[in-house]
Amino acid sequence: MSRLNEHRPSRFHGIWALTKRELKKWLKEPIILLMAILQPVLWMGLFGKAMNIGNMFSSSNINIPSIIPIPGQAIIPPQSGSITISGAALSQMFGDLGPNIMQNIFGVTDYFSYMAVGMISFIVMFTTMFSGMSIVWDRRLGFLNKVLSTPVSRGAIIFSKVLNASLRAMFQATIILILAVIFGLQVSSTFNVVNILGIYAAIFLLCIGLSSVFLALALRSTKMETQMAIVNLINLPLMFASNTFFPISQMPDWIQAIARVNPISYLTETIRQLTILPMQASVLMIDFTYLCIFAAAFSVIGMALSWRYLTK
Amino acid sequence: MSEEVIRTEGLTKVFSKHLTAVDHVNFNVKQGEIFGFLGPNGAGKTTTINMLITILKPTEGKASVLGVDIAKQDNNVRNVIGVVPQEYTADEDLTGLENVLLCSDLYGIPRKIAKERAIELLKLVELTDFKDKKVETYSGGMRRRLELACGLINRPKVLFLDEPTLGLDVQTRVASWDYIRKLKKEFGMTLFMTTHYLEEADALCDRVAIIDHGKIVVVGTPEELKHSLGGDIITLSIKEDPDVSELIRAVEHVKEVKNEDGSYRIKAEYGEVTAPFIIEALRRKGYTVTKLMLTEPTLNEVYLEYTGKSMRDTEESREAFRAQRMTMRRARA
Repeated sequence: MSRLNEHRPSRFHGIWALTKRELKKWLKEPIILLMAILQPVLWMGLFGKAMNIGNMFSSSNINIPSIIPIPGQAIIPPQSGSITISGAALSQMFGDLGPNIMQNIFGVTDYFSYMAVGMISFIVMFTTMFSGMSIVWDRRLGFLNKVLSTPVSRGAIIFSKVLNASLRAMFQATIILILAVIFGLQVSSTFNVVNILGIYAAIFLLCIGLSSVFLALALRSTKMETQMAIVNLINLPLMFASNTFFPISQMPDWIQAIARVNPISYLTETIRQLTILPMQASVLMIDFTYLCIFAAAFSVIGMALSWRYLTK
Repeated sequence: MSEEVIRTEGLTKVFSKHLTAVDHVNFNVKQGEIFGFLGPNGAGKTTTINMLITILKPTEGKASVLGVDIAKQDNNVRNVIGVVPQEYTADEDLTGLENVLLCSDLYGIPRKIAKERAIELLKLVELTDFKDKKVETYSGGMRRRLELACGLINRPKVLFLDEPTLGLDVQTRVASWDYIRKLKKEFGMTLFMTTHYLEEADALCDRVAIIDHGKIVVVGTPEELKHSLGGDIITLSIKEDPDVSELIRAVEHVKEVKNEDGSYRIKAEYGEVTAPFIIEALRRKGYTVTKLMLTEPTLNEVYLEYTGKSMRDTEESREAFRAQRMTMRRARA
């Protein structure tokens, strides 16, 4: 019994042990998982279906009489007398216009597909922001100190939290994507299995950037409430000042400025490219580059801050 | 046996300009002893232990555990120590066994060996029957024992216990002492513990250090400390009338005699040995002792002597206070 501990945890061993703990805790509480998924599902079902923008532009919303008399002088060159045109023909014309407008603004003809993809970003963002918060409990319950007194590297402690956030987000995003397809999301012809890997890669990049920062925040805030308030305060602007619900091009300039640096926009854009839009390699390149830069910069900042806190 | 396991030289932790939690502390802990760290709230107990277990970096000074520098080779220290924190750190959603295995993973112990050890340790702390139950069903005492099992998973040579019996009832506390004694006896382990239950320190510790305002005010065995106060109090009465103060004063180790209306209040060192000599001296002169009472100073008196009687407005952070309250609440759950 008096031998020294002859084993050393490899970096991977520590990360895996801590991540496993989190995942185990998570899976033992299916209610929490359900609640987390329920919110975007409600958004999808209620907002996505109720906001039937495609239908707004349909001809049935324009009351066109079957015969439309037009005074002759309104025609160029002016005619004598009056002419009539068929309302049905006009209605047909407007009817074709609706999908056209949708296609030009949203890139797809149905709004539901557009916003359902936004919901994937939504759940990714929420999961990542909240998951770092468990470290507040770890600290308050003394678990953090206990882990700090073991040979597990500090980096492993931080990275396991980030990894856990990412895994959760990816899992929940998968469920939302499947549900969206069931509810009527129409994938484009360029969609294939490889695209799914692309989606995961994009989610992972956003996750490590966001969760690193929120982990550092959580480590420093002594109160859970502070963190909750911060998350609640910023998630709304982050969501609406992005292309989650509406295209950036239709927004006023000042919102556009925010939306164009908002990483949520890039994640949503990437997933749209990979699912509902005909894929354009150049757009994907820009999106992925941005997400990579975001992930690198924010994870370095976040992890450095956490590291400093843990080695004080 | 006199090998030094823990040694500190001018160990200091400054949190801010106004708060020097630990101020040039020097002490050493010998191989195989139970060393107690006593002090009022905010005296620097937890800060000291946190530096020794490498959670905090010292601002100044040096300390070593088993000859390994805590600042320079912190990871080597972590490998050879076991820590039983003040809080209940076990995961409530996981079972007792899962918790111990999680701890073993943190030390990188291969799963097969870890399982054997976990079973062995859970038997040691008498949790075998509950190992597959979720920790949320455990009582305060069981949780403490589980923490102990976790702290022992890497077979440490030194075990750090921070307030090991905080919030436990008397029965559970006494039972915990037995486990601690068993560790010392069976595994020759060195134990470093903080406590503010003085009778616990008295019953358990080979040596104690009293720390106040970040400085160690006295170190010694509980006996030494009690004697340092000037001895025991013997109160006696005799059947006869004359004043026998001089007679008593002549007995060896008697330091002070006061006649209070025929009852003598005697301050003497080694009271239990001196008392029979006093009786004998009186009997030889024909006096009969009718009543005798021996009062030994407890560690309480020692503690108050060195730290003063003024109550402390806790200087500990709100977080530390909250953690302590939570521990006590959960101990009773």
